Amino acid sequence: MLREFGSNEIWFLVMAARWTILLSLLAFVFGGLAGLVLAIARIAPWKPVRFVVSLWIQVIQATPMLMLLLLLYFGVNMLGVRIDAWTAAVLSFTIGTSAYLAEIWRGCIQAVPKGQWEAAKALALDFKRTLALIVIPQAVRMALPPTVGYMVQVVKGTSLAALIGFTELAKAGAQMNTVTFQPVAVFGTVSIIYFAICFPLSMLARHLEKKLQVGTLRVQAL
Amino acid sequence: MSYTFQFGQILGYWPQFLQGALLTIKLSALAMVFGLTIGVVCALARSYGARPVAWVAAAYVEFIRNTPFLIQLYFVFFALPNIGVRLDPNTAALLAMSINLGAYSTEIVRAGLESVPVGQIEAGRALGLRRLQIIRFIVLLPAIRAVYPALCSQFVLTLLGSSIVSAIAAEELTAFANSLNMQTFRSFEIYLVVTAIYIVMAFGFRGIFAGFHRLVFANRG
Repeated sequence: MLREFGSNEIWFLVMAARWTILLSLLAFVFGGLAGLVLAIARIAPWKPVRFVVSLWIQVIQATPMLMLLLLLYFGVNMLGVRIDAWTAAVLSFTIGTSAYLAEIWRGCIQAVPKGQWEAAKALALDFKRTLALIVIPQAVRMALPPTVGYMVQVVKGTSLAALIGFTELAKAGAQMNTVTFQPVAVFGTVSIIYFAICFPLSMLARHLEKKLQVGTLRVQAL
Repeated sequence: MSYTFQFGQILGYWPQFLQGALLTIKLSALAMVFGLTIGVVCALARSYGARPVAWVAAAYVEFIRNTPFLIQLYFVFFALPNIGVRLDPNTAALLAMSINLGAYSTEIVRAGLESVPVGQIEAGRALGLRRLQIIRFIVLLPAIRAVYPALCSQFVLTLLGSSIVSAIAAEELTAFANSLNMQTFRSFEIYLVVTAIYIVMAFGFRGIFAGFHRLVFANRG
């Protein structure tokens, strides 16, 4: 006997979206913190640091997000270190998000005119102070629209956690599909929930972009 | 950690790894061709089409860009059979990737169309060219040329994103890694090797595209 796809089932999917949102928030917060460190290291006045961090970012950006998940979940478990799907997902998304945010933010930091750095130097400010007091406050303005835009990618990306068995929205949809066998209704509903989360963010990003009148630095991913 | 790495056994499967990589490249290349075609049509519809046509194209782009690829893939694979379209995993994967890429390349191509100076279009009109002729002879090529780098990075993203189609067991590199994992239980080595292959492919294609760019566009400014 197949289950009907009714309001209870829709509610189940909406509830599963909590995990998608929580996962996205954690990925964004941790990824953002790590990304800030990477972005600063990427422009630090020490060449070896710049080189290593730049290589790391490029390698992560050349790695499929799914591979990172599989490696951290199945791979690390196989090494004998117990890691559950939730931890593996948060860790993978943090690593991925930090690499992309670091590149977005580095671009914004470097877009601050050189004269600002020179003026700060003339005022005898060191690298740390120049960054914190002069450059970052100006870079934040430029960074806001692409950062909000990237949040859409983070939310969509969390759907991959379904493939290592973590039950968030996408996995809940796949499970619901196997018990109701109504893929159009189930995946239609799941799409609408994702859209309801992502579209306002996209609109906000576009609005900020227009309001702040800065160039686009969007990163796109499947 | 008491784990002993055994790459030897895994590397013995190199012909399959190579085949998987080639399938991934083939899938991405086909998706790029179809996706770019959709993208050019939709970008023209959005920029020059009648209002309802432009609106439909915009709705398609927004809907695809604001939902995960995995759900689009599930929809194509599980929901289309309900309306009588039964696809094997490979075709479903290609269709889903093309639809997804179509939306992203619409935005990219549209940026290209907007980068063509209005004066050029006016000049075309002054010469008595019709709308389609203006698009065909004046706008399209410079527009594509302007967004060539963006299209190239989109291709690399598609190549990496194609690993997701392993969710419906379409034949490509990640699906091959998953099945090898079931046989050998050497998860860490397998996924490490496959990750390395993806990284090499991504860097390789970036290099090839950059070289091609220098070769073709460099002398023309």
